[in-house]
Amino acid sequence: MRYDVFFAGYGGQGVLLAGNLLSYAAIHEGKNVSFFPSYGVEKRGGAAMCTIVFADGDTGSPVVGNPSVSVLLDQLSFDKYAAKVKQGGICIINSSLVHTEGVALPGIETVQIPMNQIAIDIGNIRMVNMVACGAYMEKSGALKSESLEAALKKSLPERNHKLIPANIRAIEAGAQAARVKNS
Amino acid sequence: MTTTVSEKIFVKGNEAVAMAALEAGCSCYFGYPITPQSDIPEYLSRELPKRGGVFIQAESEIGAINMVLGASAAGARAMTSSSGPGISLKQEGISYMAGSELPGVIVDVMRQGPGLGGIDASQADYWQATKGGGHGGYRIIVLAPNSVQEMYDLTMRAFDLSDFYRIPAMVLADSVIGQMKESIVANPRLAAMLPAKDWAVRGRAEGTPQNVVKSLKLGDGEMEKHHWMMHARYQELADKECRWEEIDTADAKLIVTAFGSTSRIARTAVAMARAEGMKVGLMRPITLFPFPKQAYATLSERCKLFLDIELSTGQMVDDVRLAVARDAEVAFYGRPPGTGSLPTPEEIYEQIKKQCRA
Repeated sequence: MRYDVFFAGYGGQGVLLAGNLLSYAAIHEGKNVSFFPSYGVEKRGGAAMCTIVFADGDTGSPVVGNPSVSVLLDQLSFDKYAAKVKQGGICIINSSLVHTEGVALPGIETVQIPMNQIAIDIGNIRMVNMVACGAYMEKSGALKSESLEAALKKSLPERNHKLIPANIRAIEAGAQAARVKNS
Repeated sequence: MTTTVSEKIFVKGNEAVAMAALEAGCSCYFGYPITPQSDIPEYLSRELPKRGGVFIQAESEIGAINMVLGASAAGARAMTSSSGPGISLKQEGISYMAGSELPGVIVDVMRQGPGLGGIDASQADYWQATKGGGHGGYRIIVLAPNSVQEMYDLTMRAFDLSDFYRIPAMVLADSVIGQMKESIVANPRLAAMLPAKDWAVRGRAEGTPQNVVKSLKLGDGEMEKHHWMMHARYQELADKECRWEEIDTADAKLIVTAFGSTSRIARTAVAMARAEGMKVGLMRPITLFPFPKQAYATLSERCKLFLDIELSTGQMVDDVRLAVARDAEVAFYGRPPGTGSLPTPEEIYEQIKKQCRA
């Protein structure tokens, strides 16, 4: 099985950390992983995106034209990339920052989750990327929650390990929100 | 191809190069920062001194390559790394190294050009790398990794090949392979049978004969002899050191060919075409010099249609056309390097369909 997911937002939203987290989680499950980042020359505020491909065998192309799942964290990403999701794929949208009115995405399942609001409610706006990862985990079924938990240790620097329980709460909150959308 | 081993690490392509250099026993790194390869000097500036090695951020790329020349002349395993603009600056030094028969590893993580260009991926330095980028009619060994694992493996191999043949070796990557992270196995270095560096200039403490390392050859017939000797060595490289990868070529009616990052994208496109029942294969040169001419010639005896894919307006395609049988056709699809110009598998798949219909 070969999975691919595209993450995009603006610099500072933690898009690349989210990609690293999913990569480590996939490695935890014994998969081969390709993580292909792309970002502007700016430290903050520029566009940031990454594609993660994981598979039991070859990961193949690190570049994906029509992702199976896209997680779009801001308006610019949504406007640019939502329509590229492949037919039958899933587009997970941060509805706190993205207006989707008037945009039709035929053949694509859209999942709107107020990620900023959920992150604020659990105490830290910076957890928005973790909420997004939780939503991805729930909707894709590609990774187990314990893999993401194990991956936090690998993807966060040692000094931030004290924040792991809070990150786990954010992942769970994102998954929970996606679950509600499912039912 | 890929095996699942428990001890996997998750690293950037550039980091894999630096790790491999350490494992290969590289004791000297000289460089100057430039995107998209600065992770290499960053890593080595931290790790090389810990192991008793020398790390110097030189005053310029020209300074750096000449330090590589000096360290190599003294018998050390030395390397430098850069990207387009910096690699152009290094060409004079590389030519001097080639003329002096000095080994050394140069890593080129290609970015866009010409000029300052941009920081996104490009394959437009194929000609510069494979045709002898400096003056005087020489070639260097050029290896083209297409994964983070190969960034590691081929960097180690570059040191051994370079030492064995006394020819500078280049690892030709691009910003996709340099910047992406993959799960790899950092294999320990296998001992290589390498000739002693009895030509190195290390001082004459033990009454050993005087060694001279130079590219100036003014003696009557001296330069001609050097050229014929190097010519024979390039032939030996071609006979013994060509590396390539073939996927699904046995029954292929169309063979897609690409190197480096583009070959990864093409590989998925080929798999998409196979899933649709098209008889398509992939031929990926791993050594760009020596170019696996014979492998292309053999393939073109049974398959008469090739599709060369590059992130440029077409450079390697020249070598492919020279290598295949006369009655084989080589189509080309490329994108000039630029932000947003990286082709997708879907895009290459469309090109494959077009060729299969034609």
